Amino acid sequence: MPRLLDVCGLTKRYGGLVAVNDMSFSIAPGEILGLIGPNGSGKSTVMKLIMGIEKPNAGVVKIEGVDVAGWPSHRIARQGVGIVFQHSRPLHRQTVLENIKLALLPDSLTQLVAASHIDDRAHAIAKRVGLGAVTQRRPGTLPFADLRRLELARAIARDPKIVLVDEPFAGLTAGEVRDFSELIASFRHDGHAVLLVDHNVKGIAALVDRAIAMYLGEFVAGGTAQEVLTNETVRRVYIGGRIETAARPPRDTAASDRLLDVQDLSVFYGKAQALEDVSLHVGAGEFVSVVGLNGAGKTTLFNAISGLVPSQGSIAFDATNLAGRTAAQIARGGIVQCPESRELFGDMSVRENLDLGGQHLPRAKSAAQLEWLLELFPILKSRHSQAARTLSGGEQQMLAIARALMMQPRLLILDEPTLGLAPVILEQLSRALEKLRQTTDITILLGEQNVTFALPHADRVYVLEHGRFVWEGDPQRFAAEAGDAYLS
Amino acid sequence: MKAFAIPLLVAALLALLPLGVGGYVLGLLTLAYYFGVFAMSWDLLFGFAGEVNFGPSFLIGLGAYSAGLLNHSFHLPIWICVIAGAFTAVVGGVLLAVPALRLSGPYFGLITLVAVLLLQNAIVLFAGITGGEIGLDIPDIISIDDSTNYWVALGFMTVSGMILFGLSRSSVGLILQASGQDAIQAGALGFNVTKHKLAAFCVSALFSGLAGAMLIFYMGTASPGTVVEIGVGVQVIIAAVLGGRRTILGAALGAIFLIVAGELLRPLGQLSTFVVSAVALLVILFFPGGFLGTALHRGEG
Repeated sequence: MPRLLDVCGLTKRYGGLVAVNDMSFSIAPGEILGLIGPNGSGKSTVMKLIMGIEKPNAGVVKIEGVDVAGWPSHRIARQGVGIVFQHSRPLHRQTVLENIKLALLPDSLTQLVAASHIDDRAHAIAKRVGLGAVTQRRPGTLPFADLRRLELARAIARDPKIVLVDEPFAGLTAGEVRDFSELIASFRHDGHAVLLVDHNVKGIAALVDRAIAMYLGEFVAGGTAQEVLTNETVRRVYIGGRIETAARPPRDTAASDRLLDVQDLSVFYGKAQALEDVSLHVGAGEFVSVVGLNGAGKTTLFNAISGLVPSQGSIAFDATNLAGRTAAQIARGGIVQCPESRELFGDMSVRENLDLGGQHLPRAKSAAQLEWLLELFPILKSRHSQAARTLSGGEQQMLAIARALMMQPRLLILDEPTLGLAPVILEQLSRALEKLRQTTDITILLGEQNVTFALPHADRVYVLEHGRFVWEGDPQRFAAEAGDAYLS
Repeated sequence: MKAFAIPLLVAALLALLPLGVGGYVLGLLTLAYYFGVFAMSWDLLFGFAGEVNFGPSFLIGLGAYSAGLLNHSFHLPIWICVIAGAFTAVVGGVLLAVPALRLSGPYFGLITLVAVLLLQNAIVLFAGITGGEIGLDIPDIISIDDSTNYWVALGFMTVSGMILFGLSRSSVGLILQASGQDAIQAGALGFNVTKHKLAAFCVSALFSGLAGAMLIFYMGTASPGTVVEIGVGVQVIIAAVLGGRRTILGAALGAIFLIVAGELLRPLGQLSTFVVSAVALLVILFFPGGFLGTALHRGEG
């Protein structure tokens, strides 16, 4: 079978981090290939490498036999590749039709007036993606799903042979997902090759002819969607092999105290609803895990609690309503978030980063806290004067947690601490958390897509899916009641 | 074509002004019109290509001084000097933009800023040829008649405005706007972003250089303080932002407002600059769309 897209030995390194390692696959005309993997696995980087947005360090990307690896993206686009970005940024002062026409224009400096056939073609494309009725409206007045349609329209405007789609169904309702699936399936009849990139296997399983799974930049499994879904390694990557739970020594404080009480929380990003009537509570001294796939709304939930994004509903901390408080006031009040992106001061040393966290403490107290933390994370002691930027991913994560602990939080929020970390680092981190849990009565709210990491420490678990809690209970019951639903 | 009707009508009305007002007002507006072209050229870069050029006076100064020196030293006719000035500005602009466009974010702006300082230093260093801080006197002037000078400037601004505005509304303008707003996406749509931005820089340099050259043949002198200093560039930037980003024509309105307001408030002495700056600050803070941007959005609902 002739291949439209042929990727061979594709490799991308960012400094010491290998984002994509020796990936090879191909797509035939009329074929839809799913590329799946958890957040940070390198799947989006693969897409960017094919489009030329990032340049590969090694490997070959052939489009109908022509090697385009390393070409600038506008040349790759003209070679026949179109991309549907996850976030669309249309021109807001132009109409929908003008936005589609833009994608049809020649890359010319002298052609000042668009050729007349472009108008007809733009109308035809608008109709095909379901925007026929709104061609004269401005993008700002459109609902979220229509903006995604516009993004799709622009990607297919030049009639590309290969269409790359990033997270095709993120933020769409069930009905819209059906529409989009039909649209994408229709590329098959045109003889296009389609690459769907998604973290969610279930979402694209019905649509793809074949799927491949990635983890930590490497190929993990390939085959039909069903084969990939049931592959032992894939299951371990998503759910983890054995789910362990450990008991915590009994405490004096009653876990029923509602230190944090969130009621009916909703968050909107423009037109997309990221959280829908979410209620959650965390007792003093409790360790609560919120698990959910990338895009489920974990970070949004934490940012809303920390006052970083505006929200509807009520958030009470220590029986005080947090409405109207700034993020800084909330942090000083005792809710300290250790964000997914870590937000370390890269050019400062490990010690300076920690000192900044303990800035508000009296000197003696700060020194004692520092000593305790260096005992908890011994690796930081040996890295003491090294710039934070030069630490490995796992060390950076430990530093981020240690810095958050320097602030002596009453509630520590950890957002995806395992993101992009190798299994061996995960174990170190897990041991540190376990020690923290056994020796102090700190209250922790952990967000994770890695269930293996999230469950063992947790007293209670919430499962977040598409901005809603779909399950709540003991970690012991998770495997039986929510484990399968989580992956498939 | 409808979009051209109102501005052309306004230009036609402005052309009647010399029948009714004196030389003082005409002189002020003549200056304002040249500034209008500076600001419109700048808006093509900032509003459409999305690049903040902190050194519009580098392009203006290059045009002005090359034209001035040719006239001062070789006594070439004005029109040759003006064309040569515009050409030099484009060449200088390309030499500046090719390396600068490879950088992203604030670095492009910083490079353009440094370019102004370099030009200013060069003029002072070679004071023997350029006249240094004191300035270069220009033997020829466009006209000694206030009305003629006024009409030349108005005509020049109108033609430049039509070309720049037309360009911004054309297919090329659309691609440029997409490149400025999201270069990655524009590239993925098949557009060579660097090529389009460089072309925009050339057009901006061409009109800045032309206007700079014509300005000195109106004033009869060229000095760093009037066409090169950072402060001149800042005036141009404020005018464009005040008038309305991405509107081109608004930039001319902003320039006229700045110059006329500065003159009207002259009795306040030092305070006048303060008042004009405060007004500009308030407009930018509360109406980031500027005069024309805000007015147009009202119309759109």
